Amino acid sequence: MKALLKEIGSGFHSLVTGMRITLGQFFKPQVTVHYPHETLKMPVRFRGHIELVRDPQTGKAICFACKACEKACPSDCIIVEGVKREGERRKSVTEFKLDFTKCSLCGSCVEACKSEAIRFSKDYNLASVSKEEFIMDLFKRLESEQPKPPQAQPEQSKEAA
Amino acid sequence: MSALSALSSGETKGETFVINVGPQHPATHGVLRLKMTMDGEYITRAEPVCGYIHRMHEKMGENRTWAQFLPNTGRIDYLAAMAYSHAYVGAVERAAGIAAPPRAEYIRVITSELNRISSHLVWFGAFLLDLGGFTPLLYAFDDREKILDILEALTGSRLTYSYYRFGGVCNDVDDDFIRGTREFVAFMRPRMKMYHSLVTDNIILRKRLIGIGVISAEMCRQYGATGPVIRGSGVGYDVRKSEPYSVYRDLDFDVPVYPEGDCMARYLVRMEEMVQSLRIIEQALDKLPAGPVMASGVPRTLKPPAGDCCFAVEAARGRLLVRIVSDNKEMPYRVRLRTPSFCNLSLYEEASQGMMLPDALALLGSLDLVIPDIDR
Ligand code: SF4
Ligand code: SF4
Repeated sequence: MKALLKEIGSGFHSLVTGMRITLGQFFKPQVTVHYPHETLKMPVRFRGHIELVRDPQTGKAICFACKACEKACPSDCIIVEGVKREGERRKSVTEFKLDFTKCSLCGSCVEACKSEAIRFSKDYNLASVSKEEFIMDLFKRLESEQPKPPQAQPEQSKEAA
Repeated sequence: MSALSALSSGETKGETFVINVGPQHPATHGVLRLKMTMDGEYITRAEPVCGYIHRMHEKMGENRTWAQFLPNTGRIDYLAAMAYSHAYVGAVERAAGIAAPPRAEYIRVITSELNRISSHLVWFGAFLLDLGGFTPLLYAFDDREKILDILEALTGSRLTYSYYRFGGVCNDVDDDFIRGTREFVAFMRPRMKMYHSLVTDNIILRKRLIGIGVISAEMCRQYGATGPVIRGSGVGYDVRKSEPYSVYRDLDFDVPVYPEGDCMARYLVRMEEMVQSLRIIEQALDKLPAGPVMASGVPRTLKPPAGDCCFAVEAARGRLLVRIVSDNKEMPYRVRLRTPSFCNLSLYEEASQGMMLPDALALLGSLDLVIPDIDR
């Protein structure tokens, strides 16, 4: 009988404690973000898929197709091709294929590139119904962005700064 | 345990049936399948069937360069990826004779311990979810979010960090990281008190854990169970103390041990471990030396001299050992992983015999299994 009473007492105590903590939480500020109306700012080191970096002086891709990134990638997702043009010191990139379906976002490629010609994008909204969309030509992407200088989403440019 | 005595004295009706828990089941945390032979509510045999998420990590190690295997180490136990990178870079550094600078070693300890807390918080939430309590999961994930934010700002990733390198770490910590981590330590201490009054003292939890799923130290020894499982059975075995690696020797912390061997003991060990990890982090932040975070002169294409090297660390789930065999080539000859979850699972069949099904699930949860860590 005594044990039963004690048990009821401690059960009641557990209940009150639980309720007290829950109620306290009720008046605390919200921790969730109402995506997609609000989004979080990605940290500077966030590893999204890679993208080519433009040389601010020439407006062209810095990459000179040395293939160091291609060799470093553990998942074989990068194919780089380049040509040596007349009168230019280095090769210039003509094709930079990224197979994002295989990419593990490990960052080995960015680390391998000594001329900082690739960086991580801050793009995390990557969803598609077709696989082909993830086999991207980063060079074409860069070229198509050509007319407008540093064209990026407002969210991205903030972090780039 | 009247059922157990009934079973052992042969008083069962002898009508058994088989149910499958998993491979797709909310109580198994992943693709683990348990083939349970039941006699009514009681288990006569629970046979774990693994291999559903086998990805050949060891074989992959033989097909890529030493550095290219680094991202793999984050994907074996995705909840405590830092420890896995640590064991692998530790083994390679030992083989190649590279010493990481002290600052890098301290950063490794801080990040590994942060990762251990985040891993234990997931276990805490998921374990209580198994037992039928939903709310603590939300609290635990809220706290874990803070760790993930800290680690994401440092490494660029939230789970699969691949942050350590042969000879150091790839990014130096900044003031934001140090401030954020200190704030987290200060925030987490009262939270642990809150968890104890919300969860540990709760009578329903106590009734479901005390005396349930007793594992003896001898059984742990036979199956090679380590980590919080063996420490909950009264054996104070912790790799950080018994074979100190990195800078753990210079840090002051206790290894919590509970002799009861039941689910409650394992629960308390992990709760206590989080507090100890906070202590380690605080000390390591205080002692954090200045200097480089990468050793100089690490060759870009590493070819460790021929030989055989092991490195063991205390992962969140127990002793993790990486053994590498090198034949002085660009790629490893062999990468062998001794993962703690596999050994911790192997005692399940024996330990769960004669238990009631809900208790057996409590036992499963208290082992804190990560399925990719078992199948790897
Ligand atoms: S992030 Fe890693 S997997 Fe992805 S392309 Fe770069 S090297 Fe390859
Ligand atoms: S991105 Fe960098 S590493 Fe890759 S080919 Fe271009 S210059 Fe070389």
